[in-house]
Amino acid sequence: MDNNLITPFFEYAFMRRALAACLILSLSGTLLGVFITLKRMTLVGDAVSHAVLPGIAAAFFLFGFAVLPMAMGGIFAGIIVAVLAVLLIRFSSLKTDAALAVIYLSSLAIGVVLISLGGTSVDLSHFLVGDILAVDDTSLILMSLTAVITVFVLAVFYRSFIIQSFDDGQKNTTIEMLFYALLIINLISSFFVFGTLMGLGIILLPAITARCLSNDIDTILPLSVMIAVVSSVIGLEISYHFEVPAGACIVLIAGISCFFAVFYEMLSKKRIC
Amino acid sequence: MNSFVSLDNISVKFRNNFAIRNISGTFNKGSLTAIAGPNGAGKSTLLRLIAERRCPTEGSVFIDNEAVIGYLPQASFMDRTFPISVLQTVCTGFWRSIGNMRAVSDAKIELARNALRKVGLVGVEDRQISELSGGQFQRLLFARLIVQKANLILLDEPFASIDAFTTERLMRIILDWHSEGKTIICVLHDLLLIQKYFPDSFVMAGTCLGQGHTHKMLEDKLLSFDLDMAELCAGEDGKLHDKHMSYNRSVDLNRYKCNG
Repeated sequence: MDNNLITPFFEYAFMRRALAACLILSLSGTLLGVFITLKRMTLVGDAVSHAVLPGIAAAFFLFGFAVLPMAMGGIFAGIIVAVLAVLLIRFSSLKTDAALAVIYLSSLAIGVVLISLGGTSVDLSHFLVGDILAVDDTSLILMSLTAVITVFVLAVFYRSFIIQSFDDGQKNTTIEMLFYALLIINLISSFFVFGTLMGLGIILLPAITARCLSNDIDTILPLSVMIAVVSSVIGLEISYHFEVPAGACIVLIAGISCFFAVFYEMLSKKRIC
Repeated sequence: MNSFVSLDNISVKFRNNFAIRNISGTFNKGSLTAIAGPNGAGKSTLLRLIAERRCPTEGSVFIDNEAVIGYLPQASFMDRTFPISVLQTVCTGFWRSIGNMRAVSDAKIELARNALRKVGLVGVEDRQISELSGGQFQRLLFARLIVQKANLILLDEPFASIDAFTTERLMRIILDWHSEGKTIICVLHDLLLIQKYFPDSFVMAGTCLGQGHTHKMLEDKLLSFDLDMAELCAGEDGKLHDKHMSYNRSVDLNRYKCNG
């Protein structure tokens, strides 16, 4: 067996942390991602993922690179933007996609300006595409906490989430808000590894792949987690050996597997999600 | 009279347009009422308002405390590509009563199978809902209503794009519910069906034009066969005629705004 594949995780603490972070994200984010895909809310997810940036950037501007303030800032910005989005969609004549585009482009711009004011271009790239070196114990604890909350909420309200996803006749505002809350904390959680541009990658792509491979929600959920785990491990290996950003590698692997799954689905003449 | 649902001068506004305006009416316990009216008359809005126990913009809705609502929205409101099996979908009908945590017992699953048998969906229990035809899907939704044990059943155009045979079958289920004393309110376009099966009618176009026994509504020419699809007909007297014209215009405006 080729030891090159295992040694990085033995020798380097940052690789172990990165692996742990990815495994945690694979569990919580991806499970949520399944519901995002099924609810056809990928665009909303995309908007919120960019929307947390100004909050994180403001915290960075004030406190430097500190995990806790950044997470708090992200949550705060996420809530504001979610409310803003709902107001804009409901009370303006903008269509949903246009309203979301306005919101996420503006937030992205605010975020980039704030980070550039407070840091260097290296900081900026870390914020946008993530950095596994930035994963410290505090962020790991935050991620674990997020995962525990997510899995717990999804397990307890599983039926409500399913009903909410496909039966528009039985909408429930509490569940909807719970869903947005989970989305925001998971995006912040994935931000630490994947940055704001690719944070949604580990959440959505494995879920889409699983949706293409299976037609049964009870299979899709565990399958998407497995795909995320495998993508994470392969992505980290590639990142280590070829010295390229880890987040991008993992999302790339998840993306490739997604393409294969779509291709498979097309061949087997089933419906594409 | 034993009113189960009553509407007291309600109006619902979307943005600046009234979808429904000044509607009052009563649905008695155990009644079987058809709601008729042209497209954009606010029928679905009214049904949704009752189903979701929402507050109207103006006025008030009274729903009996004992009411357990079963609501069948128009099929277009549901995501038929969702990866869930037919039997599971019927079982979602139990979820409201058993909550999030309790298991669906074997007895309940048997009830679900019985309901599927009753609507004539046999042998497709394990298929995905995406594989069902439009008529089969509608029957599936009826099966779910059966297991919900609701006593106030709200149906929004349940027979749209369904063949006569299936319509008869589902109509028989509605009549069963009626004989069990459930209160049923059904938005319907088919005048023949309304005349044949529904003792009471509620005719609306933005506002309520009339409510009462179906044959009375026909006599008053509020329900008319002149145009198919329960298009509203202007009354003999000029007053109603004017009324009708102005409602029609506001209805058109509403539709225009909705689409824009």
